[in-house]
Parts: sequence; C-alpha cells; structure tokens
Amino acid sequence: MSSRTTEDFREAVRRHPFLEGLDPAFLDAMVRLGVERRFRVDEHLAREGAPANVLYILLDGKVALEVGAADHPALTVQTVGAGEVLGWSWLVAPYRWRFDARAVKPVHAVEIEGGALRRLLSEHPDWGYQFLLRFLPVLAERLENTRIQLLDIHAR
Amino acid sequence: MLADVAPDPTSSAAAGHPLAPLPYRVRAVATETADTTTLTIEPRSTRSVPAPAPGQFVMLYAFGVGESPIGVSAHRADGTLVHTVRNVGKVTSALARLTPGDTVGVRGPYGRGWPLQEARGQDLVIVAGGLGLPPLRPVLYEVFENRDRYGRVEVIYGARTPKDLIYYEELQSWRRRSDLRIQVTVDAAGRDWYGDVGVVTTRLPDVRFDGSRTSAFICGPEIMMRLTAQAVVARGVRPEATWVSMERNMKCAVALCGHCQFGPTFVCRDGPVLSYRALEPFLAVKEV
Amino acid sequence: MPLATATPQAGFGGQVVEEVRVGERRTLDRQRFSRLFEALAGAGYSIVGPTVRDGAIVYDQIRSVEDLPIGWTDRQSGGSYRLERRGDAALFGYTVGPSSWKKYLFPARERLWTATRIGDSFTVRPEPVEPTRLAFFGMRACELSALAVTDRVFAGGPVTDPGYRTRRSSILRIAVQCGQAGGTCFCVSMGTGPGVRDGADLVLTEILDAGPHRFLLEPRTEEGAAVLSRIASELVPAAAGEARIAEAIVARTAASMGRTMEATGLRELLRENLEHPRWQLVAARCLSCTNCTMVCPTCFCSAQEEVPDLDVTKVERWRRWDSCFNLAFTELHGASVRKTGLSRYRQWLTHKLGTWHDQFGTSGCVGCGRCITWCPVGIDLTEEIGAIRAGPGPAAAPGGKP
Repeated sequence: MSSRTTEDFREAVRRHPFLEGLDPAFLDAMVRLGVERRFRVDEHLAREGAPANVLYILLDGKVALEVGAADHPALTVQTVGAGEVLGWSWLVAPYRWRFDARAVKPVHAVEIEGGALRRLLSEHPDWGYQFLLRFLPVLAERLENTRIQLLDIHAR
Repeated sequence: MLADVAPDPTSSAAAGHPLAPLPYRVRAVATETADTTTLTIEPRSTRSVPAPAPGQFVMLYAFGVGESPIGVSAHRADGTLVHTVRNVGKVTSALARLTPGDTVGVRGPYGRGWPLQEARGQDLVIVAGGLGLPPLRPVLYEVFENRDRYGRVEVIYGARTPKDLIYYEELQSWRRRSDLRIQVTVDAAGRDWYGDVGVVTTRLPDVRFDGSRTSAFICGPEIMMRLTAQAVVARGVRPEATWVSMERNMKCAVALCGHCQFGPTFVCRDGPVLSYRALEPFLAVKEV
Repeated sequence: MPLATATPQAGFGGQVVEEVRVGERRTLDRQRFSRLFEALAGAGYSIVGPTVRDGAIVYDQIRSVEDLPIGWTDRQSGGSYRLERRGDAALFGYTVGPSSWKKYLFPARERLWTATRIGDSFTVRPEPVEPTRLAFFGMRACELSALAVTDRVFAGGPVTDPGYRTRRSSILRIAVQCGQAGGTCFCVSMGTGPGVRDGADLVLTEILDAGPHRFLLEPRTEEGAAVLSRIASELVPAAAGEARIAEAIVARTAASMGRTMEATGLRELLRENLEHPRWQLVAARCLSCTNCTMVCPTCFCSAQEEVPDLDVTKVERWRRWDSCFNLAFTELHGASVRKTGLSRYRQWLTHKLGTWHDQFGTSGCVGCGRCITWCPVGIDLTEEIGAIRAGPGPAAAPGGKP
C-alpha cells in the first residue's frame, strides 16, 4: 500500500461519522491502531460465541447481524453499513460476539484491535469519555430500533 | 345559524344518494403476498367516480357484505382504478375473494391527498411501511411524469419480511431508475435476503435532502409514521411540510357519521393526509 | 277537527282575510289555545310536541291541547327525573325530557338505499324522502340552538345529508320561552336561552299570573305569521305591558338555572388537558351506557348496517344512531382505537365542548342538561369541566376502578 493510498485511507477514517470531530490526538491514535480490511459477500466478520477482539468502523458495504440456532433458521435482525460501527463485545467481559456478522455487500472497513483500544481508553480517561459519548447513542439507537421491531407493527 | 335549509336535490331517487356506490367490474386480480391482493377495476356503465388525486381513498363495496375504505394505488383516464387490499376483516376478505368479471361497488374519491402542489420545487422524502406503499404509488407516478417539478426524491419502503414486499417487479424497476433513490428494508429476513434489515427509520441517516425545502410524505402503521415524522423533523424538515396519511374507522367517508374523528379532524374529509404540525399534539396521547 | 269551524276568517281556498304580520305580538287566551292547533292543522301541518308517556314528558304526535302535559312538571337532577303535579294547569310548566327533536330529522333508524343484483351487476335505489309539513310544537331556546347545530352538521358541510335536508326544509318551529329552569339546565352559561333569540317561526310565552292564563305570541317568520293569520280574530293585540311580563318570566328563569358552566376557552382548556387525572375519576364511574349520546339533541354519530335478503339478491343499507361510547365505534383492523372507558368519555366530552368548535364553529353543547339527568350514575359535565378548570388535581383515587 503506497503512502498516498494510506493517507487517503486515513483521511476517510477521520471523516467517518463515528470519529469525525474527535480530539485530533485521539483520532490519530485510533487511526494508528486501525487496520484496513475487506470482506467479500457471505464472508463473516464475526461468529457468535467466538472471542470478540475487534471494533469495525465500516467505510463501505453492508453487514447482516444474524442470530440462529440448530432448530431455527438464521434470522437477520439488522443490517449495518457505511458510516456505522460494528461490535461492542470487545469492550466488556467476557469479550465474545453475541451474534454472527456476515457481509451481504462487499465490505471495506477499519478493524481496531479491542485490547489495544481498551488500553488506549484506560490510559486516557478523557478520550475514554469522548469515546463512550459517541458509542452510547449508537447503542441507544439500536436498542430503540429493536424495540420498534418488537412491536411488529406490520402485523395487524 | 343557517337561515333556511333547502331540500337536497340529490334526495330524489333518480339523482342518487351520496352514500350509494356505483358498480365496477373486476378486470384483474393479482396476488401480492399471502394476505394482500391487488384489484384492477373498471366502471360497468357510463357512470364512474371522478379521477382521484394521489393519496385520496374510495369506499369499496362488497355486495351484501359492506364497505371498506381503500386507498387508490393507481388510476387511468378511462376510469380504471387499482386498489391493493389486505385481507384483515369481513369486507376485505370478501374483496380478496373477488375474481375477474365480478362486481364491486365504488364511491368516492374522498379526502385530501398528498399536497403535491406545495411540494413543487422541493426535495421529496417518501417513507412507506407495509400497506402504506399503495397510497404513495400515485405520488411516484406523478414524479416520473413531471420529474422536473421536484428536487431530489428519496424513497424508503419497509415491510415485515421479504415475503411481505408488494409491487415486487415494480420495485425492481424503480431501483434501476437514476432519477430517484429507493431503499427497501425489512424488519427481519432469512439468509437469502441481501438487502437492508431494520425498521424504516434506520434508513433515514442515509437519505440526503435539504430539510428547509423538503416535503416528507409518510404512510404506514401509526407508530411507524409517528417515529418517522419525528425523525425527519429532527433532520430539519418543517412539521408543516411533514405529511402522514392517517387511518381511522371511516364509515360514511363524508364527515357525517363521526366514526373517524381524530382530535378535531374528520380523517375522512380533512385527511387522510394531514400535516404532522396538526397531528403532533394528538399522536402522543393514547386512544385519542 | 273540521277546518271550516276552526278558521271562520279564512275565505275559500284558505285565503286569509285578516293578517298578522311578522313581529306583531298577539295575546291568545288559554280558553282559545286549541285554535292554534286547529290553525296548524288547517295549514297542513302534522303536530309533534310534548306529551306524558311512561312517566316522562316526551315528544310525539299530538292532536290537541289535551295531549300536552297539562299541570305536570318535572324534577330533574343528576341521574334522576320525576314527574310531579303542579299546583296549576300550566301547559309548558316543565323543561326538556329524554327525547329531542332530532329524531324527526335524523331518525334513530333509517333506510338509506336498496341495492338489487341484476345479472352480474347491481343497481342502487336511494330511499325516497318526502318532505312532511311537521310543526315542532314547544321547542325550547336550547333546542332551537341544537337545531342550528345539527343544521351545520348535516347541511353545512361540503356533503350534506339528503334526508335531513329534505325533512328539515318543511318544519315549522314553534318555540316556547321557558317559564322555569330545570335542575340540570345551564342554557344561560352556554348562551342559548332561556329567552328565544333566533331560529323560531313563532315564539310563545306562557303567562300564568297577572291576569288570566294566556299566551304571548310573536311570529318571527312569514310561515309563523301565516299560521296566526288563520286565527287572527281569536287573537288580541298584546297590551303594552305584556312584553315586559314575558321578559320578566325569562329573567326569572335565567336566574334559577340548576347548573352553571364557564364556557369560555373550553376548546383550549380541553385540548391542553387530554391527560388530566380527572379523566380517570370520571371513567371509573362511567358505564359507557350511551345514554348521554342518545338523549343529546346534537349528537349525530351513526352506524351503517348492511341487511341482505336470504339469497343476497337484494340488500338494504340502514343507518342507525351510534355512540362514541360503543367499543366497536373505532374499530380498526379488528381492534378498537378507544379501548378504555376513559378514552371514550374523553372523546365525547372533548368533542362536544372542544373540537366541535374546530369542526363546526360552534359548541356542540346547548346546556339542556339531558346528559346529566339521564346518566344512570349522575355524571355531570359541568362538574367535570369545573374540576379540569381547577387545575391538575390529585391522580385517580387508588380505589377507583378502571
């Protein structure tokens, strides 16, 4: 990867809605931890029960979050895509994925190693606070959307 | 008060009654989903109802069973009407059983539809949930016919599962168009669905429009309309330019029977399309 | 009653010899009061008016003075109505009972049309409505206001009700100014009475004292004057003091209202108090029996019924009175929008006193008090409004049942 492309990539990461506007030093530290990843359609970004050690910052594509069991076909409960983030199991013990995440469109993402990110946030509590202020609304919105889904509003 | 009340000329047997349906012939029946049917109907005689405006509804009458308010999802100059009916009750199940050649009664069209005149020159955000798509389809036809009248056109259509999507072929053709963007999302899907999963509001962050000069047209289950209206208003669309199509127990459809009241409005006459500005205080209260 | 003896002044073909003009007051003696009935019959009117039936004063067909509730009065309070003997022979010594005039214009049950299957199509024949010359005898001021309200509802919008308009076009409104207020009356608060202002063809005031039992008559329209002209010789130009006596009677009635209600700003008050705790208290009492809506002179809600014959070749469409207190009233996709009694009572009251203004530019309440009297548990809307107006009170009592 040429330095030019690397700079383009880093710039794209800085402009990601989840990161944009963060403390520049924090942003740089995050970008340094990030690794560019690409996933083909049907490739998994996460497997339920597997160790969860990454945060994905999605730059492009679409990922289906699936739950399923031996006696129940896999059910997609949500899709997330460009401009969104995927995964919070890395943040809290026991650090295991709670669902399958499968690319349903080719995915271009930044992968940040969870352990390194946790250490970064612990060492800089003000960054940790900034990060949580970004992360909580994402969780709240997903919770609210799940609640609306629970209403099953189309079934009358 | 009124000075004198004159006898109504329409009360004579020859002139018809405002609540009397006209006979239409069922020309085609298409199965959309397990419980949803699209009827194409045409006048049986020289008498037909006036051309409906996008968003208006008619009362469809199943002979010997009763009437149900049904949105108009398309119409043609020759008087042909297209209605998509979900089989959820006595009348709609009778309508769903109709086959080509059968007769159905029609009166209308009723109410106020989508304010397309006011929306001219603006971006359009169109959000449909489930059976909310049929009453919005005439808006898309108007956009296709007069594309230069509107700015960006963004459509979000949500259904329960991929199997519940209606107008499937047409959705494919709309997705290929370059003059509008349509996002389709479902509440839950199996692994064979590669589209979006999530309620319609999850698609809104992707939608681009200039809030100050945007009209939002929303039709679907009431909860979905309320949340979507809140979301588009939060994105800068004026509440008076945010429109939802209300559903209530319309019986007479001409504001005489009282059944469809929602706060101060007779949904049949003052709606069904009403501004979020007018509805907001009542949508938040249970069982208004 | 033979017309010839009833109106000796009328010439051949009913031509009137002596005329009473609009606005000219006349006095009619009680002994000659039956002449008014004869004049109405002579002018081709069927008469409906108050009469005693099943322990109440109701509106029904009447033919003579003797059909009126002579010497009766009514004692009314929340959830209570009793007929009692008066000490005199007044003809109009009571207020309003359970029936109202709307039943003659908007029948409780009415066939709208009949559809017949012909081949694979059908035809629809609207029910013909013949205008009937009907004299509403003894309308009270509040009831004239109620008529003006239902005129707006059925005949004031873009689509009007053919049956209502046809029946309404041929009625004669003979009003009586109330000589006493009932226990649940509040027309003064609603600005509708007890004096008759607009909307009558003929106004009567019954005078029981200061001279013989008599009636002051004032024709307000040509139709009203024409009826009086038929019996002009029975009438005496009203003496100078008679109008003042009538005014005093109305003033005395106005001063003895059974209820009061502050009517200003009700639309805003109710709009802003949809979640007031008071609704829970009233809902705990309300039985959703629909009585208030049945006796209300302005409630207009109706349901349609499809009545097919056995082989479904002929179908009748009927309309009947409905009520917002019925659970099925707001049926939507197999469930009701207003599931709780609270929401149904709130709909009734907020509509009647609040959103009616938005819809029809007037209150839906005329202050007749029927809904208070005929409520089996005595719910009193004037009391409910007072409680809401008093501000957010304590939440519903824990013992209150939903």
